[in-house]
Amino acid sequence: MAQILLRNFTRAGNAALLTKGTSCSSITGTSAEPGSCQLHTTPACCEIRKLARLRVVDNSDLGKRAMAEGRPPRCIHVYNKRGVGLIGDKVLVAIKGQMKKGILVGLKQKQRIKQPQFDSNNLVLIDDNGSPLGTRIHVPIPTVLRTILKEKTLAKGADYTKVLAIASRYV
Amino acid sequence: MNINVRILTKSVSQQYAFKRIVTFSTKPTQQAAVAAVPQQQEVTGPSVRKPIVPAHYRFVYPEFLPDPKIEWRNAIREKLERLDMLDRRRQIELPEFYVGSILAVTSSDPHAAGKTSRFVGICIHRERCGLRARFILRNVIDHQGIEVVYELYDPTIQKVEVLRLEKRLDDSLFYLRDALPEFSTFDENMEAEPLEEGAPVPINDIKVVLRPRPWLERWERQNLLGVANIEQYIKDKHRKSAEKVQKPWEKFDLMKQYRATIPEEEQKEIFAEVHTELHTLELQRKRNKRKRTFVKPKHLA
Repeated sequence: MAQILLRNFTRAGNAALLTKGTSCSSITGTSAEPGSCQLHTTPACCEIRKLARLRVVDNSDLGKRAMAEGRPPRCIHVYNKRGVGLIGDKVLVAIKGQMKKGILVGLKQKQRIKQPQFDSNNLVLIDDNGSPLGTRIHVPIPTVLRTILKEKTLAKGADYTKVLAIASRYV
Repeated sequence: MNINVRILTKSVSQQYAFKRIVTFSTKPTQQAAVAAVPQQQEVTGPSVRKPIVPAHYRFVYPEFLPDPKIEWRNAIREKLERLDMLDRRRQIELPEFYVGSILAVTSSDPHAAGKTSRFVGICIHRERCGLRARFILRNVIDHQGIEVVYELYDPTIQKVEVLRLEKRLDDSLFYLRDALPEFSTFDENMEAEPLEEGAPVPINDIKVVLRPRPWLERWERQNLLGVANIEQYIKDKHRKSAEKVQKPWEKFDLMKQYRATIPEEEQKEIFAEVHTELHTLELQRKRNKRKRTFVKPKHLA
């Protein structure tokens, strides 16, 4: 852990040096604030991993309040072996100080041909039995979820197909 | 010998006179537009008759031109692919469309309730050649931006309709992702707007309004024509760094142009091969369409 921190620190330090080196003329020429230089220049990771922020798209009270407050839930675990959430995967999220489970119903990531790619990472909150906390999903969800969620529903386990029942539209 | 030399010099001079056409770009180049007319008259000299391919074919059927990357060229594979493409075109109508046109694609979908799904959206990008040609449709449904990639020669596609045939000012419209949602919102039940036959494809010169930063790409570096308010959001530092990465000399780089495009002579060869077939298909479609429009009553009592 310490090593990682150290590495990050040195990298950040290098970046800072670099930015200083390239923009020193601008600093001397125009009065730019030293605090405004951005160290993170890479785009955000589009994959759903741990600590990825998501958007709740159902009308559950908890989800609506979290989104309205501007504190969207963070993914803290992905229930698959790869650690990267794909469409239909179950994730554990931290939302308003609670831990809740949810299903990914739309991803920003590149999708297969003919499968829709969304502008945001969408999540529907569910409880342990697989029944959704809300009663409506207010964005379209991909049709492929019908198959995926049916396959994931086992005879004695959680029933994820209830999420499909509250969908307003398929795309 | 003398004639040969003359032909050689002529072809060489042509190569330098004509700007090569980028495969997927539909922007008219000034030199090509000026030189296109006299060039056709010159060709009538040799005695060998070849079918005259309309000049707009390279824009209507861009996927028939192979990828100019030299490592990927293979004459036999390209020929076989063209045959397959024609086979597919005999089965299904794949209409002319451009980046900026509004399409409706119906495809079979084993996951959907009715086993088919229809998606309406604006074509924001076209890429790849041959059987792998594909395009991206974008739409905003229920305030949610959605994009779908389709392969043009995908056998599961049942129908491709062009609802509004038009071009935009840019060659790809990825900036719609960072624009206000109303610029990529299209009604799903929208009806096709027919164009007059033989009329040129209209260019929609709408200027898109971008959201404030952060953006997905550095749009200020891409010399976009279809964006209205890019100046509003860029600061001096962005302008300076954009200037640094500009490569204004690239338009004079003949070798780069050569590697990035298919020469005009080769384009003619390719289209001469498929022209008759495509033309008969076009005529057939036209005839069928006319028949259908006269026979089928629209409103039943």
